[in-house]
Amino acid sequence: MAVAEPWQTAEIPGPKKALVITKPEVVAAMIKRAKHPILIVGHRAAETELGDKKLIDYMIDFASKANIPVVATAHMISEFSKRDHKPAGFMPAVDIGNRLVDSEWMGIDGKGPHDLALFVGLPYYMEWAILSGLKHFALNLKTITLDNVYHPHASWSFANISVKDWMENLKLIMEKFEEGGR
Amino acid sequence: MNRKGVNVKIDELKTDVGLIKNLQLSIGKLIEETWAEPIGPTPFPSLTALREWDMKILQRYKPFYMPYCDVCCLCTFGKCDLTGNKRGACGINMSAQQSRIVLLACCIGTATHIGHARHLVEHLIEKFGRRCPIDVGGINVKVEAPITRLICGVKPETLGDLEEVLDYAETQLTHLLSVTHTGQEGSNIDFESKVFHAGMIDHIGLEVADIAQIAAYGFPKADPEAPLVDLGYGTINVEKPVILCIGHNVVPSVGIIDYMKENGFDGEIEVCGLCCTAHDITRYYKRGKIIGPISWQLRFIRSGVPDVVVLDEQCIRADSFYEAQNIKAPVIVASEKNCMGLPNRTNDPADAIVEDLVSGKTPGALILDPEKVGEVAVKVALKVAPLRKKFKAIPEVDEVIQKAKECRQCVDCRRACPQDLQIPEAMKAAAQGTLAKLADLYELCVGCGRCEHACPVGLPVHSFIVKAGEKKLKQETYKVRAGRGAIQDVEIRNVGSPIVLGEIPGVVAVVGCSNYPKGGVEVAEICTEFANRRYIVVTSGCSAMSAAMYKNEEGKTPYEIFTGEFTSGCLVNVGSCVANSHIAGAAIKIANIFAKRNLRANYEEIADYILNRVGAVGVAWGAYSQKAAAIASGFWRLGVPVIVGPHGIKYRRMLLGRTDREEDWYVYDARTGEKVYVGPAPEHLFYTAETKEEAMVMIAKLCMRPNDTMKGRAIKLTHYIDLHKRLYGTMPEDIHLFVRTIADVPVTMKDEIVKILEEKGWKETVIPDPTLLPRMIRKRKE
Repeated sequence: MAVAEPWQTAEIPGPKKALVITKPEVVAAMIKRAKHPILIVGHRAAETELGDKKLIDYMIDFASKANIPVVATAHMISEFSKRDHKPAGFMPAVDIGNRLVDSEWMGIDGKGPHDLALFVGLPYYMEWAILSGLKHFALNLKTITLDNVYHPHASWSFANISVKDWMENLKLIMEKFEEGGR
Repeated sequence: MNRKGVNVKIDELKTDVGLIKNLQLSIGKLIEETWAEPIGPTPFPSLTALREWDMKILQRYKPFYMPYCDVCCLCTFGKCDLTGNKRGACGINMSAQQSRIVLLACCIGTATHIGHARHLVEHLIEKFGRRCPIDVGGINVKVEAPITRLICGVKPETLGDLEEVLDYAETQLTHLLSVTHTGQEGSNIDFESKVFHAGMIDHIGLEVADIAQIAAYGFPKADPEAPLVDLGYGTINVEKPVILCIGHNVVPSVGIIDYMKENGFDGEIEVCGLCCTAHDITRYYKRGKIIGPISWQLRFIRSGVPDVVVLDEQCIRADSFYEAQNIKAPVIVASEKNCMGLPNRTNDPADAIVEDLVSGKTPGALILDPEKVGEVAVKVALKVAPLRKKFKAIPEVDEVIQKAKECRQCVDCRRACPQDLQIPEAMKAAAQGTLAKLADLYELCVGCGRCEHACPVGLPVHSFIVKAGEKKLKQETYKVRAGRGAIQDVEIRNVGSPIVLGEIPGVVAVVGCSNYPKGGVEVAEICTEFANRRYIVVTSGCSAMSAAMYKNEEGKTPYEIFTGEFTSGCLVNVGSCVANSHIAGAAIKIANIFAKRNLRANYEEIADYILNRVGAVGVAWGAYSQKAAAIASGFWRLGVPVIVGPHGIKYRRMLLGRTDREEDWYVYDARTGEKVYVGPAPEHLFYTAETKEEAMVMIAKLCMRPNDTMKGRAIKLTHYIDLHKRLYGTMPEDIHLFVRTIADVPVTMKDEIVKILEEKGWKETVIPDPTLLPRMIRKRKE
């Protein structure tokens, strides 16, 4: 198993650390296996450039292909609207975190509790903290971060990888959904 | 009020009855009751006296824990792995451990304020006497200490009266700290209740400290027209000797200013400050100058401008002594709480200390006598300035470019940076001869210096950023209104009704430290936005400074644009951190002065009033400290929600409401005893916003209260919807939760909103006389 270090040096995790995604196919497989996944997109997705596109563009593409409901945090709803995409919901990052620890919450679309939450584009330390809350108190939930930095509190995370590798990984994940979603 | 420690000694007394010799009489306390208001149910409340109130709040605003550490390492059973809410060797689980850590943080913050208050009160009693009256606003402020009156049930009239109040606070703090010992409290919710108690006790410390210094030092007394004072590096005359004071306790700074004035040096020397001491310097001395918030420490010391650095207490960088040595500026430490390893020279002659500091024989001295600090600092500044010639620790441009070429692009600086700033890219550009990218980081940098300690080559990265941003630094010339202290009773009378009815859309208190996610300009933008919208905007501490560090097209700073009167559309700087007490005090006084609710030891009723009727929200956009945690906790118990910036998530616990749980949002109608749904108003009690835009929308939302009149609610909804549309680009999806009757709907948006209400299956409800307290029901339901 690959070893990874938290992106922010001092954010040392505890005994239970995220498994490192070395093969993007694993992410695709986990999503396909999940009964009710959810994708949470933070404001940095609209600031982060991936080649000639923004991270949010990748996420819209990904969510559409994988048929995953999206929650936009902060003021990100405006960025989705600009791109003619209506997410399943928008709410503050701590609010969605708080709902995900509630095993009785019926989900952003009312279709039942989520069993897999994917995070991307939050400030590192916010995502770190929310993933910690979920690790400790949402015991039936698996979490994956799609950021290019290692998040020890997720169930699965990329290591600290370059933007180029990140783009390739995201594309590979999306390819797995090109033929008809989950 | 009460008198403590009365001692009578009679050597010899001849009377008709007989001769008395060597009579000694000691009385512990004299009770002198002059306050007619009846005592309420909870004078000097114990740890559990307000527990039921806390449980009501916590039932609605449940904790969401985000552990910062997976283990507990506080005793030798440990470390214990608490992952997944497991229990450790002592039996504690992760939820309780997190709330225990929050309590510990709040105890640290509370201890700091109470310690500060105790030092001030003791010093001021020594200087001005126990009977020095507490006058914080003359005839304009009859309720001089609303927090103390509310919590303790006493009415302090003199400095001596404050001792008993501090005795109580210190006792409570000791009990609270003991709660965090292994094998004490086991319930997270009870820990949370004690967090509230710590916060409430903290507010006593704040109030005592500020009213004592206002009364004794003659700070502005509830003055809406407190003077506009200088702020910013650019306001300092670098041709003069400069004394820099850092910290929060103004006593040594007062010693400096007094000595300077008494010895004819007023105007010869620049006295300036960083952090809250700076506020209090300008409250005492109009020529005093504020350099900026806490994050300006490294950049200003390294600039070489200060000739003497005086450290008092709180929020001082632990390496400030070493930083001052790098610019050859002698250091005077003036607080027992912060001795920096320096020799205690308190009892040495001032001139001997001056000689040693000027000659460099010793780089610093601990002096615990504030008058002596004043004499030594002034004499040293005058002698050292011509020798130092503003020796600085910031490299020249050529040096930055040369050194930047040593950068290995290892990215360790960026990984150490709390802001995740793109330092490696900027270093690469600098190595190629352009500092523009480094300059771009200047305003985003929080000045922590972690980048330098992470750099394997030892590059002074922060200094590079400051050099690149030097032009901006030198252009920092702003005006801030000196901290005015309390809010006048008449101001409360004037705004009480429109606040409670909702016609003034809210009171926004922008307070706290400078750990901002994207620079201090966001604070100025938040203040300006809400003052323009005719909210009451109040500031304090470092945020009050950041609010000033912005100019409009006419070159005016916000304090020059908005009134300093506590009224609709104002920008009111109350002062330093301890002046936050006046913000809590204003909320309390609305209940007391406007609504005529009894104040005395009547905490629960007043907090219930504030939670349900006073549309106030605290915003600590850059909160970093344990003190900030304690201050926030005091506001929570009082029913005032607090928003923190994204770094505030590191407080590791939020108190969040759930709009989807209808059952959480019922109150009693005090008129009928009926339970009435009032919607999520306010939705959260402690909440982290990810971006400024999110915070602004949430501020408007959290100002809504169940008691709003229809007109008031329509006004509040107008602001909420307008901000939501502008910043989110859409209509809010929860609008139906805040409309109680059709008359709540803003007229200009009626068609649009009515359509949404129909789609959501909205039903009309009544507007109650809201309370969470069954005892407040006037007529019980049959």
